[in-house]
Amino acid sequence: MGLDGLLIPGGESTTISLLASKQKLFEPITTAIAQGLAVYGSCAGMIMLADRVLDGRVDRPSFGGIDIDVRRNAFGRQVDSFEAKLELPVLGGEPFPAVFIRAPWVERIGGGVEIIARLARQNDGDPAGRIVAVRQGRLLATSFHPELTGDRRIHEYFLRIVRGEV
Amino acid sequence: MDVVDATQAKIAEDAGAVAVMALERVPADIRAQGGVARMSDPEMIEGIQEAVSIPVMAKARIGHFVEAQILQSLGVDYIDESEVLTPADTANHIDKREFTVPFVCGATNLGEALRRITEGAAMIRSKGEAGTGDVSNATTHMRKIRGELARLSSLPQDELFVAAKDMQAPYDLVVEVAQAGKLPVVLFTAGGIATPADAAMMMQLGAQGVFVGSGIFKTGDDNPTEAVRNERAAARAKAIVEATLHFDNPDVIAKVSRNLGPAMVGINVDEIPEPHRLAQRGW
Repeated sequence: MGLDGLLIPGGESTTISLLASKQKLFEPITTAIAQGLAVYGSCAGMIMLADRVLDGRVDRPSFGGIDIDVRRNAFGRQVDSFEAKLELPVLGGEPFPAVFIRAPWVERIGGGVEIIARLARQNDGDPAGRIVAVRQGRLLATSFHPELTGDRRIHEYFLRIVRGEV
Repeated sequence: MDVVDATQAKIAEDAGAVAVMALERVPADIRAQGGVARMSDPEMIEGIQEAVSIPVMAKARIGHFVEAQILQSLGVDYIDESEVLTPADTANHIDKREFTVPFVCGATNLGEALRRITEGAAMIRSKGEAGTGDVSNATTHMRKIRGELARLSSLPQDELFVAAKDMQAPYDLVVEVAQAGKLPVVLFTAGGIATPADAAMMMQLGAQGVFVGSGIFKTGDDNPTEAVRNERAAARAKAIVEATLHFDNPDVIAKVSRNLGPAMVGINVDEIPEPHRLAQRGW
């Protein structure tokens, strides 16, 4: 594809999947992922990078690539959106301000998947400890939107993956 | 896309809509039938929430904060405080900062947009004239907002005080917008969009997305069966999505504009008496 890396942003995974098929981008992207393209997916992008999607439409497949089970809208609808500070050891330094909007979470990970962040939030019980950022090889995925806070460390980390530095 | 039942919601989702607006009557019907237009039946909204996996929006009357409370309690993903419904308060809009659900509001100019953002709107749509199929007002409002943004960002610092006064918007927000050259929230367009070309024109004028209301399911057919109507609506919805996506590619827009059947017959905005113009509701 002539790309060093690809960002799959937030949005609606149902719509992204549909439009990727219609625009004949589905096969080129899955092929590029299989060939080792560096890809970062946030929110809906995480869903698109997951090998298995729970609560999604079966006729709207994901690209896959990361050996995880992801639950769509896991935290609830729009009104359940929230912000949280996350410890991300790979970034070091201050906790990362993360914005979760109709966000997915990771329910199960396969062998080659590295957990980048878990939710530490102590609230109604269930979301606490959920996996919200993962990496497998050159693929990176977060449940949250790092672009809404002005903290660039996730994007910088992804650029280091693209350049093969980490 | 505006939808009135689960079938239409699925058509919109399959066409590539990123959200649906759950309504009992689309604006064209509200206009035709008259009377007071209110929030939709929660039962109907929930039916649509269950039918689709994309976000569901719903409308509350301008200033009707209890309708907004109900919609928030239903878990809708966005509330449209909308001039398409009959305003419930002739002076105040809803204090949207009191809610966790985000709001979208209409605006005909930059000052109106900034007042809505101050009240807590998370998204602005230019108003247009809903339910007409006449895109001229949407064009006017998008050009107006775009022009005022350009003018504001060209003003020297010491003229921003008067600019804030003239626009009846808070000074700090005016300064922020003048520096950024754009709104601090997303700007969509709405009202009178009936064809793929209409949608693409709004995008070329600077909209970041398009609301399509009556234009999908109210096409200009002479009493088709429901199946035929839904089939045509699906084709039109898909075409409008494609045109919005490829708004700067006339070849694609030309291709998707073929064989869509008659667009909604529509009403020329000029022929609507002033008191019945929806875009003038809200202030």
